[in-house]
Amino acid sequence: MTRAVDHRALNFPAQRTCPYAPPREYAELREHSPVHRIELPNGSSAWLITRHEHVRAVLADTRFSSDRGKPGFPSLLAGQARTNLSGYPMMISMDPPEHSAARRAVLGEFTVRRMQALQPRIQRIVDDCLDAMLAGPRPADLVTALSLPVPSLVICELLGVPYADHDFFQVHTTSLVRLSTPPEERSRSMGELTAYLSELVSAKQAEPGDDLLGRQVLKQRENGTEDHGALVGLAFLLLLAGHETTANMISLGTLILLENPAALAAVRDDPALTPGAVEELLRYLTIVENATSRVATTDIEVGGTLIRAGEGVICLGHTADHDPEVFAEPERFDIARGARHHVAFGFGPHQCLGQNLARLELQVVFDTLLRRVPTLALATPSDQLPFKDDASVYGLYALPVTW
Amino acid sequence: MRIIADTGRCVGAGQCVLAEPTAFDQDEQDGTVVVLTEHVAGEALTRTRQAVQLCPSGALSLAED
Ligand code: HEM
Ligand code: SF4
Repeated sequence: MTRAVDHRALNFPAQRTCPYAPPREYAELREHSPVHRIELPNGSSAWLITRHEHVRAVLADTRFSSDRGKPGFPSLLAGQARTNLSGYPMMISMDPPEHSAARRAVLGEFTVRRMQALQPRIQRIVDDCLDAMLAGPRPADLVTALSLPVPSLVICELLGVPYADHDFFQVHTTSLVRLSTPPEERSRSMGELTAYLSELVSAKQAEPGDDLLGRQVLKQRENGTEDHGALVGLAFLLLLAGHETTANMISLGTLILLENPAALAAVRDDPALTPGAVEELLRYLTIVENATSRVATTDIEVGGTLIRAGEGVICLGHTADHDPEVFAEPERFDIARGARHHVAFGFGPHQCLGQNLARLELQVVFDTLLRRVPTLALATPSDQLPFKDDASVYGLYALPVTW
Repeated sequence: MRIIADTGRCVGAGQCVLAEPTAFDQDEQDGTVVVLTEHVAGEALTRTRQAVQLCPSGALSLAED
């Protein structure tokens, strides 16, 4: 028998007890009160959506707005009503028709084929990081050696950012995603990054190179729509959305594989199994738990509950991806599950633009890591690892490994 | 079964290309879906049904004929 939740007592965000399973409170909501009103840290309220079916329905429905500046849009930051991302326009915060136009403009840069063409460059980046790690002392921190530099270098290559500026990026993007960062520090990091990217875009406008930003400049010029601010917003979004997410998937994914030796051995011995393993890691971990929020622009019924215009909704993707109605034995990590209908990348028109880049990075990382470091092992017991319980993207602050 | 793709709705997530690469591709320029074979049967049909389910924007459907 499952005990019913005391609705008034639910603290949001709830803390996990198992580092991989959704908090017990969310699992109980999914069963007993799948569209559930809660109070946010800043005193306003929002609806929690916990079933896979409802999460897909909400995210596919553009009557739910993505505009993070709209009143009622859920904010997880205490004492702050709204999150103004950077002051520059970003597609993640737009609704149609602006969203469709902004996304269409860059879609061609992210096709499956375009991403596969990046494979050799990603392979070289991963090999370089592993060379450095293997040449250094044991134990090493995998987060510092591999998880953070790989996606950062890949995005920098995509945008044409000089290598010398990478440390700067890691410091500031990390401070932005941590919920415990004081507001002043958050806005300082935001300011540093926007100033840098604004200069980078100006440099591309002066001399458009053969990179994503350079091609966007030329394309806009051709259409007579050259727009410095829109390009800064795009560069900033790619960095914010593609760096910490992929980094956390590398750290947590490595940990899960180390804790599941049969799966690890299977993937190491047969690279054809890697895509399935990556897909299951994405489902099992669903690290972007809170970003898939919306605000209703009209009265909308979800699962028999009426959500009124102006009310916020938070789609708990991780809880949805552990919905036993959709994924049998959801707490079991199974690389042969063949489940691609997870919401780890969201759903609907905002579904992750960089998903096929992320898939490729993860495949190259795990294939290379398991092959080149067959004796890889944890240097700290997994129950003593620093999980990111205070961040909006789940992950690890450190992963000490040896070999 | 015949594949119907609404490029106006497509958001270029490429789920269809991953699910059934013989039936779907993406336009080089704007990244939206390109149907390579309109008529699908057998295993390709099974994987195309999967693509219809996976497509995040509701851009794909199947019609009799
Ligand atoms: C495993 C790593 C990643 C995960 C788990 C992830 C997850 C997500 C999710 C859940 C969304 C939807 C947000 C919403 O509905 O509001 C999203 C959107 C987005 N992601 Fe990712 N992402 C990853 C990697 C990347 C990478 C590598 C890039 C690009 C370099 C990227 C770029 C974007 C962009 C631009 C959007 C906004 C799309 C839009 O609004 O239309 N992501 N991502
Ligand atoms: S899955 Fe849907 S949205 Fe994605 S490329 Fe194919 S048709 Fe377009």
